Amino acid sequence: MTALLEARDVSVRFPLGGSWFGPRQILRAVENVSFDISAGETLALVGESGSGKTTLGHAVSGLRKPTGGSVTFRGAPVQRAGEKPIQLVFQDPFSALDPRMLVGDIVAEPLRIKGGFSASQRRDRAGEILGQVGLPADSITRYPHEFSGGQRQRIAIARALISDPELIVADEPLSALDVSVQSQVLNLMKDIQEKRGIAYLFISHDLGVVNHLADRVAVLYLGRLMEIASRQDLFGQPSHPYTRALLTALPRVGRGRRKPGQGASGEIPSPLSPPTGCVFHTRCPMAQKVCTEQAPELLAVDGRPQFSACHFRGSGA
Amino acid sequence: MSVASIQGAQAPRSIWNARWSRFRRHRLAVAATIFLVALGVACAGADLIAAALGVDPSTVDLFARFDPPSAKHLLGTDEIGRDVLVRLLHGGRISLMVGLLATALGGVFGVLIGVLSGYLEGRTDAFLMRFTDCVLSLPIIPLLIVLGAVDLAKLGLPSSWLNSPSVSFWRIVVVIALVDWTAIARISRAATLSVKHRDFVQAARASGAGSLYNIFAHVLPNIATPLIVACALTVGRVILFESTLSFLGFGVVPPTPTWGNMLTNAQELVTSAPLLAIYPGLLILLTVIAVNLIGDGIRVAFDPRSDS
Repeated sequence: MTALLEARDVSVRFPLGGSWFGPRQILRAVENVSFDISAGETLALVGESGSGKTTLGHAVSGLRKPTGGSVTFRGAPVQRAGEKPIQLVFQDPFSALDPRMLVGDIVAEPLRIKGGFSASQRRDRAGEILGQVGLPADSITRYPHEFSGGQRQRIAIARALISDPELIVADEPLSALDVSVQSQVLNLMKDIQEKRGIAYLFISHDLGVVNHLADRVAVLYLGRLMEIASRQDLFGQPSHPYTRALLTALPRVGRGRRKPGQGASGEIPSPLSPPTGCVFHTRCPMAQKVCTEQAPELLAVDGRPQFSACHFRGSGA
Repeated sequence: MSVASIQGAQAPRSIWNARWSRFRRHRLAVAATIFLVALGVACAGADLIAAALGVDPSTVDLFARFDPPSAKHLLGTDEIGRDVLVRLLHGGRISLMVGLLATALGGVFGVLIGVLSGYLEGRTDAFLMRFTDCVLSLPIIPLLIVLGAVDLAKLGLPSSWLNSPSVSFWRIVVVIALVDWTAIARISRAATLSVKHRDFVQAARASGAGSLYNIFAHVLPNIATPLIVACALTVGRVILFESTLSFLGFGVVPPTPTWGNMLTNAQELVTSAPLLAIYPGLLILLTVIAVNLIGDGIRVAFDPRSDS
């Protein structure tokens, strides 16, 4: 089965400061990340703040050109935004909708940009799609500020759906919503996927949500892939100490106190000067000398389709 | 969701209809619009009014200096016996046109520079903003004098054409517009920067929208509010610039009246005939207030939140 989307050794680096004066620094937001997404599949991308999740999402959708590596969609390279049936859903439903546009115009905007639809066709399609995401049809003549956060996120999803995308990059679509609303939007996204067979790149830091929705999970740390595996493998037998640290941080009822030494302590290091060797060694509870010297490769664990970038992959699982 | 329920919904109102109905609800803005239109019509019809009253704006009558208001001279006469009302209306033609046109021209120029600067960022931004800083750092009055004193005849343009009234009028408009666009450029750059990084612009880009689409569909409507306020304030300043230019001899040459040069003339007489200064000053004031109120109305019209 060929992949819908292939990311190969994608790197994104930002030159920072020093345009005329002083030295120029390079921020390595994403380093050599490779993954595939199959049609209709949900790949979750998890990691702390500042791990490069959003940047990677932008690179995948063509909003930001990777400085290295390639992204291909159905075998053809993604060169600029909008040429492939890829759409985005953003984290902040307040910034995602133009406050000066009517909801109908917002939802129909991808059709307007694509061209070839009359105003009444666009309006009909917008009303139809809004109905599918569970909003009343008269929403099209209202403004975004008349809607709540969850409703706005539905509008944003409707906008992403109207041009029949095959992949939606959802950048923390739930994290700005109330918990009760989160589950509604999550179920909506699941329904849509079942009906239309859309693939998701679901960016999140909420492992509970990921466990509910994802088929496979990729763990990002300082712009590098730490582990990528099926949901069952990743949650059942995490092979990377960072994944274990994330899972330990997940609150769960009735598990008793956390054992010390399992979680990651301290802060994520600066991507301007990442640690040598394995980037996680500064916070890793099982770091050895080799970890400070040699960067581990992303390799399969025990021959399973579970890939881990750790010198001690598998051990302690 | 069925198609029937969509067709059953009320006919979609267009965004311009909604804006117009919000503007209409702003009573002061409507009143200001009516005032400004009436003033404009009166100024345009100054010759007809003069003929009806049987007076001529440039006829000197030294026996009728400082006449009080009468049936013939509704607002009295000035220091050489000319009818003040007719001169005010004549002056209004130039002052209003200069005020609106120079603001519009400078506004377009400033928005162009500011939006390009804010949207493109990087080198373009640095270049355009340093250029703006350069213009901003020049003192305005000497700059107006230098621009006003440029002798276009040296460029080989016929001097008869240059001295025609319409060319010298446009020259004033252009000179003022060249000086007074920097504030609008800075405001539009700052506002553009904040809008550009909002997610809805990224969403449009993800659907394949280019820079031009984003500037017209997203950036301009969202930066309209501060721009309208800035432009409304500019109109009043521009009317006064014109009087400065006239005072220095580079603007409209007397005896052609403008509110600016009428005000300047009345300066020496302010103790003996204060009304001569009050009339043009009052008209400038009312025009500025009216433009500001209209600006406020437009701001409300463009803000969907004012519905609720």
